[in-house]
Amino acid sequence: MNSDTEDQDKEYVGFATLPNQVHRKSVKKGFDFTLMVAGESGLGKSTLVNSLFLTDLYKDRKLLNAEERITQTVEITKHTVDIEEKGVKLKLTIVDTPGFGDAVNNTECWKSVADYIDQQFEQYFRDESGLNRKNIQDNRVHCCLYFISPFGHGLRPLDVEFMKALHEKVNIVPILAKADTLTPTEVKKKKIKIREEIEQYGIKIYQFPDCDSDEDEDFKQQDLELKESIPFAVIGSNTVVEAKGKRVRGRLYPWGIVEVENSAHCDFVKLRNMLVRTHMQDLKDVTRETHYENYRAQCIQSMTRMVVKERNRNKLTRESGTDFPIPVVPGVADETEKLIREKDEELRRMQEMLQRIQDQMDTQRDAY
Amino acid sequence: MASSDVARQPDKGARPLSLAGHVGFDSLPDQLVNKSICQGFCFNILCIGETGIGKSTLMDTLFNTNFENFESSHFEPQVKLRAQTYDLQESNVRLRLTVVNTVGFGDQMNKQESYQPVVDYIDRQFESYLQEELKIKRSLHNYHDSRVHACLYFISPSGHSLKSLDLVTMKKLDSKVNIIPVIAKADTISKSELHKFKIKIMSELVSNGVQIYQFPLDDETVAKVNTTMNGHLPFAVVGSTEEVSVGNKLVKARQYPWGVVQVENENHCDFVKLREMLICVNMEDLREQTHTRHYELYRRCKLEEMGFKDTDPECKPVSLQQTYEAKRQEFLMELQKREDEMRQMFVQRVKEKEAELKEAERELQSRFEQLKRLHADEKAALEEKKRLLDEDQSSFSKRRAAAQLLQAQSLTANGKKDKDRKNSGFM
Repeated sequence: MNSDTEDQDKEYVGFATLPNQVHRKSVKKGFDFTLMVAGESGLGKSTLVNSLFLTDLYKDRKLLNAEERITQTVEITKHTVDIEEKGVKLKLTIVDTPGFGDAVNNTECWKSVADYIDQQFEQYFRDESGLNRKNIQDNRVHCCLYFISPFGHGLRPLDVEFMKALHEKVNIVPILAKADTLTPTEVKKKKIKIREEIEQYGIKIYQFPDCDSDEDEDFKQQDLELKESIPFAVIGSNTVVEAKGKRVRGRLYPWGIVEVENSAHCDFVKLRNMLVRTHMQDLKDVTRETHYENYRAQCIQSMTRMVVKERNRNKLTRESGTDFPIPVVPGVADETEKLIREKDEELRRMQEMLQRIQDQMDTQRDAY
Repeated sequence: MASSDVARQPDKGARPLSLAGHVGFDSLPDQLVNKSICQGFCFNILCIGETGIGKSTLMDTLFNTNFENFESSHFEPQVKLRAQTYDLQESNVRLRLTVVNTVGFGDQMNKQESYQPVVDYIDRQFESYLQEELKIKRSLHNYHDSRVHACLYFISPSGHSLKSLDLVTMKKLDSKVNIIPVIAKADTISKSELHKFKIKIMSELVSNGVQIYQFPLDDETVAKVNTTMNGHLPFAVVGSTEEVSVGNKLVKARQYPWGVVQVENENHCDFVKLREMLICVNMEDLREQTHTRHYELYRRCKLEEMGFKDTDPECKPVSLQQTYEAKRQEFLMELQKREDEMRQMFVQRVKEKEAELKEAERELQSRFEQLKRLHADEKAALEEKKRLLDEDQSSFSKRRAAAQLLQAQSLTANGKKDKDRKNSGFM
């Protein structure tokens, strides 16, 4: 017995406690999450947000009249709340888009939303490239819940345009709003139709990561169910009603009570679990690794092109990298130098070729 | 067409008389009714609403049939209207029903022109009626009246207020057609929300001056029920053609996991109220209003546009005939003026062309002359050359002849000398 424990002691290193250390540190640091909700007015966005986070974020909201909405422009509003649960602190930011799709003429109404997302990326890019990186605030949008109206036959032109404009900037999770207007058969039909249309129009919504093949069957089953529930058919409620002796969040109708957290009634629970309990970190990771990196790469490429132009114009005066709009990280400078040199070479070669062709044409003309 | 006055004002010149017995003209309304039953009735409904909001389902539910509609796509580039006519019969009353649906309403990104096709359709129906009325040989009796009698405007159940598109469209239509707004898919709004929603909608309509159809209050038999109904506008409706068994009956309903919404249950939705108001009680009034209010307004505007007036500048009544004559004269004068203008223009053009042609001719002539001169010159030059050549030739031949002669002479001279020598030798 003694020898066994002694052996164990000799083999014991101790890094199995790493997950605990990570856990402790993250609890101390706290988490942040930015959620954007988008969709036409009257689809229950605010009610759903209140139901998801069990608070009332929209207490003093003023809704516009129909007359005022005829020429309404899209605004971007932010609400930030700090919530805590079992010692874990979460700084939650909800970005709302009042006025989206409300005006009579909605051409390019998604532009201000796309600009907002780009602004957050740009801000983060600057901060990341700065000298003092101690307190970077991450305001990037991690997830966008897009509300699809259940009163139509599927996606509308506005939905398609919005999602296509933003699917490469943010994780889009489509939601089928006010699902208490649809019977179970209708819900199934609409989900299939919407999924087909999403594929037909090439919209890249947020994909749940595939679970490992060595997970247990239950987990895999849950994962499959989750994937087939897109878009989530949700119902939200700001009120608590009494159903079967219990007090639940729900909607009271003359013909029955709709319970928000009853999975036979709607997919609210699935959405909440996905968003808060299981996939929040993955949403943040995808934003960081895919969307933000795409933005950054595009940004740098366009900068390089601008710099090459500048260089060609200022060939006599030796302007150095002080013209860069954003201070360049040293590791990147070498690459840009190489790129610049290559581009210069290419330009010179093309100019020579042009000159040769020009000469040829001149001689031919003279010959005649 | 029935007179628009329900109660006739007593004529000043006629004195009321009381009857001593039963005459029998109290059967006049019955005669009218019999006649109209024989003729059959016609009714045209226009349904405006977003794609998928439930227009066709509601029509099916209202008229208890299946109108064979198909799902429209959301991606129509423009708003269109689709009209379908059906012949229905209930007991001994025949109804020719035309249902007009909008296709693609509310789907485009830019909806500023969405109301236009609807307005155009309504105007077209008025126009064809007007044309029929103004014909010389007309048959209004047999004319199939296609004017829109009622317009059901489907409001989306957002629970907040009207959409901007709704407001804009209803404003454009309220002077052309009887608008009856309904809240579609009302099974998504709870009772308290519905109350607030209705109040908000009505206040928005009132504050923007939209005149929706009010159920008539002048007939005592229906005034009471109509007043109550007016207070329930807009009707929150649910449509369904599927039947679900509730208790021991089969009723039209929608089955949810949390309950069954019965279409004909007044506690669940206002469908019964809508059916009663639209079909049972006020259908005839809707037709009358369309003819006496909306159509008359259209007709007046159209005729005023064309220049007809009821009174001329001296405020004396002008008959249609006089106006016709005046118009005709004006028209003929206009034609004459145009003709003269055209003639003048024609003459001018001809002159211009003539001048052009003359110019061209002159030019041609001068060119011809020039060429001729050139030709003559060439010829003269050639003649000269020829002459010179001839001279040369003749001088050459003369010289040749001279040379030949000389040669011949010299030969004969030598021969003579030889002969002389020879001769002298012999001697």
